[in-house]
Amino acid sequence: MENQKSADAKECILRLRGISKQFGAVSALSDIELDVHAGEVVALVGDNGAGKSTLVKVLAGVHQPSSGTIEWCGENVTLDTPSRALDLGIATVYQDLSLCENLDVVANLFLGQELSPYALDEIQMEVRAWTLLQELSARIPSVREPIAALSGGQRQTVAIARSLLLDPKIIMLDEPTAALGVAQTAEVLNLIERVRDRGHGVILISHNMEDVRAVADRIVVLRLGRNNGVFNADTSQSDLVAAITGATDNSVSRRHARTTASQEG
Amino acid sequence: MTLPESNSPAQKLDRSDTRLRHDEGLSGALRGFIDRVRSGELGLLPVAVGLLVISIVFSILNPVFLAPNNLVNLLFDASAIGFIALGVVCVLLLGEIDLSVGSMSGLASAMIGVLWVRSGLPMPIAVTGALAAGAAVGLVYAMLRNRFGMPSFVATLAGLLALLGAQLYLLGPSGSINLPFSSPLVRFGQVMVMPDWFSHLLALLPGAVLIINGLRKMSLRSAANLSYEAASLLILRAFTLTLGLQFAVYYLNQGRGIPWMFAIFVLFVMIMHYALKRTKWGRSVYAVGGNPEAARRAGINVERIRMSAFVLCSMFATVGGILGAARLASASQQAGTADVNLNAIAAAVIGGTSLFGGRGTAWAALFGILVIQAISNGLTLLNLSSSLRYMITGGVLAIAVIIDSMARQSRASHGRG
Repeated sequence: MENQKSADAKECILRLRGISKQFGAVSALSDIELDVHAGEVVALVGDNGAGKSTLVKVLAGVHQPSSGTIEWCGENVTLDTPSRALDLGIATVYQDLSLCENLDVVANLFLGQELSPYALDEIQMEVRAWTLLQELSARIPSVREPIAALSGGQRQTVAIARSLLLDPKIIMLDEPTAALGVAQTAEVLNLIERVRDRGHGVILISHNMEDVRAVADRIVVLRLGRNNGVFNADTSQSDLVAAITGATDNSVSRRHARTTASQEG
Repeated sequence: MTLPESNSPAQKLDRSDTRLRHDEGLSGALRGFIDRVRSGELGLLPVAVGLLVISIVFSILNPVFLAPNNLVNLLFDASAIGFIALGVVCVLLLGEIDLSVGSMSGLASAMIGVLWVRSGLPMPIAVTGALAAGAAVGLVYAMLRNRFGMPSFVATLAGLLALLGAQLYLLGPSGSINLPFSSPLVRFGQVMVMPDWFSHLLALLPGAVLIINGLRKMSLRSAANLSYEAASLLILRAFTLTLGLQFAVYYLNQGRGIPWMFAIFVLFVMIMHYALKRTKWGRSVYAVGGNPEAARRAGINVERIRMSAFVLCSMFATVGGILGAARLASASQQAGTADVNLNAIAAAVIGGTSLFGGRGTAWAALFGILVIQAISNGLTLLNLSSSLRYMITGGVLAIAVIIDSMARQSRASHGRG
């Protein structure tokens, strides 16, 4: 019931219309439409090469779209630099995490957002870092170790913690659970729900249908750089796979057909 | 100031993870140091070993090497190239390089000679002109790198030749200009030393700063529920440092005393250390050196950081050139040529600045130049021909780079990047 209420109140913060991106002769994205509302999790799914990562980079200000409009809170904007996107309130956790291996965890968390620029407040930053990491139930032994000393999962946690630092309106997570253990995956999914309940929009890119269906309010399917349908979380696995691969006849759908047939029979 | 009583690891915010080893006290600090060296964080170890070996070898070959007045001369010589090395540290931290620092310093000395002595302009204006030229050269390198993506070693290699040409053109056929011996600049570069009492007073400062800073940090960290270094360790370090410095000052004062030029150089090293370690700009420099793309995505203006580093490097090279001219009391065609370039770069690398970017401190310039200058000074005392000196300096640079590469591999295998 409460969900319904927030769904009525929520405004559209991000609206993409007709976004295209060409790399030379290759159209990575053509005519993409995407809406993100406050307080909802939009999952972006698609096969390899479907254009998910390109779309993320367009929204993060790393790539400029060849054509199309981006509307932010009702106004047309151009995301020409990463800092522009950050200033608007779009935080991104990249697939390659974008951490500086030579710097420690605190320095990476606050990179570009250091407290008191002319006399870095290391103590305040360290305390904030620990609080943030504890909110994520992160298991990082020391925040004064260089990132190079951390495992893949720990790095992922640091990257997610960093995106939350600025209290953004929208968080984009590119494959956030790919390198995580079971407990950390569950924790990240919990975290995504917590972020949504605070009224942020979340764009989740994942290959893991189970994760997607666990937290997503809407599932946007991309295929070969184009929109290929919007689904809700109740959509069956086979329908999703069909939309992603473009084929209705595949092993998932065949098994689905067999199980429903045996149940009915 | 009251010292907090308990430092028990279990309650501290940063010590709650049970997998973390807690290095307490002196033995803990020692164990931590050995671990760091093993994993490739060499710190100042190569410098310490280098200086020890150099002192032993050269003082056996020629006892004059360790005489106070020779060491004072060494400090005079080290300051000029030290400034150049300080600039080189800035660009190396970005993973870039400036091969033209020698030529830039030569051009600066020529500009001083032409503007000040030959044209009769006031000395401050000549210095300002040279600094402006240095800034302009740095801007050009930054533009070539940022706008055209030109690798900095190619751009600055071209600059090496172009600036050398400019230097020869400015000096004209006469080839060298003598600077007046009585001028403050030359006196600063050749004779001005601190009064004894003042140098002893100054040598107390680092220890005092260490203790005051340490105690302040301790109370702040304990208030924030973070772990902190034991007070005994802090006092021990401050005491050892002060004792060492006082002895060095006393020994040098047996000779002519501490050159003002060297003191100013150390002051600039400390300013750069602060800028690199305690400001947002410095943090950005390390970030760009470690992972430019990550820095860009974090909203850092990578182009502007590169520009600031190249400009700083060229301007420090200019300062080094001016001081070098003051040291020799002349601006000549030889200024800044030969081994100046390599000495400055070798000093930065020996001091612990990585050629691969993202690692090193401003102190590298100070300690590196002491090693390099000690070698050069020792070889001069032995009356070796410059052919041999070049070969030996080249060998030392090669060794420094090998140590850097090996430490890097070791860090990679120990998971410290």
